[in-house]
Amino acid sequence: MAITFFFYLFAIAATASAVLVITARNPVHSVLFLILCFFNAAGLFVLMGAEFLAMILVVVYVGAVAVLFLFVVMMLDVDFVELREGMAQYLPIGGVIGLVLLVEMILLLGTWTISPDLIAQAAAPAATDITNTQAIGQVLYTKYVFFFQMAGLILLVAMVGAIMLTMRHRTGVKRQVIADQVARSPKDVVVKDVKSGEGLQ
Amino acid sequence: MIGLTHYLVVAAVIFTIGIFGIFLNRKNVIIIMMSIELMLLAVNINLVAFSTYLHDLVGQVFALLILTVAAGEAAIGLAILVTYFRNRGTIAVDDINMMKG
Repeated sequence: MAITFFFYLFAIAATASAVLVITARNPVHSVLFLILCFFNAAGLFVLMGAEFLAMILVVVYVGAVAVLFLFVVMMLDVDFVELREGMAQYLPIGGVIGLVLLVEMILLLGTWTISPDLIAQAAAPAATDITNTQAIGQVLYTKYVFFFQMAGLILLVAMVGAIMLTMRHRTGVKRQVIADQVARSPKDVVVKDVKSGEGLQ
Repeated sequence: MIGLTHYLVVAAVIFTIGIFGIFLNRKNVIIIMMSIELMLLAVNINLVAFSTYLHDLVGQVFALLILTVAAGEAAIGLAILVTYFRNRGTIAVDDINMMKG
């Protein structure tokens, strides 16, 4: 009974905040509703018994991606009112396509059943006597270690790409050039003996 | 009793909201990227639901990889957005036509 209650709580809250993400006037509010949506999805994951992924979702999405979005939204000086122009123009076509897609997907859900053989063929059967985190670790670091390394590589490439894209060298800014500093010799420097009280002329 | 179909319906609704968001905010790249994140979240809900109901952990491993790719995609996309804004002073999608052939 509690599971039913919490399922509907999380599902309705996730759907409502997803709607508010795309309709909110202020993009900062959109990001905050996105965070709420991710929290509710994490709740759904916990209900499904995927605790590890739920925590990863909170850490990665809320802690990293959503904060990145918030940072960019606040950093860019954009007139968001101007960007909302023409929204009513796209509403009918978007609504029709969205509705058709939703009806198709839900009709599809009602027409099939999972073959009982499929459960017997599980590639990595979930053990019931250990926690979810331990079970994921046991398959992730053994059977799927290649994919794990691949994910790390993707993150590395994304990091290098993001840094390369946003780093810029401004002209006219004096920077420290260590090689030049080290290569200086007394010959290159003008040293004058200034008597006290006279100054340089 | 909450079954597999309940979770799949929630995922389908969130996915549709993501697509609808792209149509609705056709000028604002930031909202479009948030809609893409919503769609990836819906896919993750689908994978985890199937993983739970088939007692197979591969779905959760796959969801982990999607999470990684989504994080990388957001980082690269926002970096492109910041660079674009620096060059053009706007983020309106209509104006992104510099590479038009």
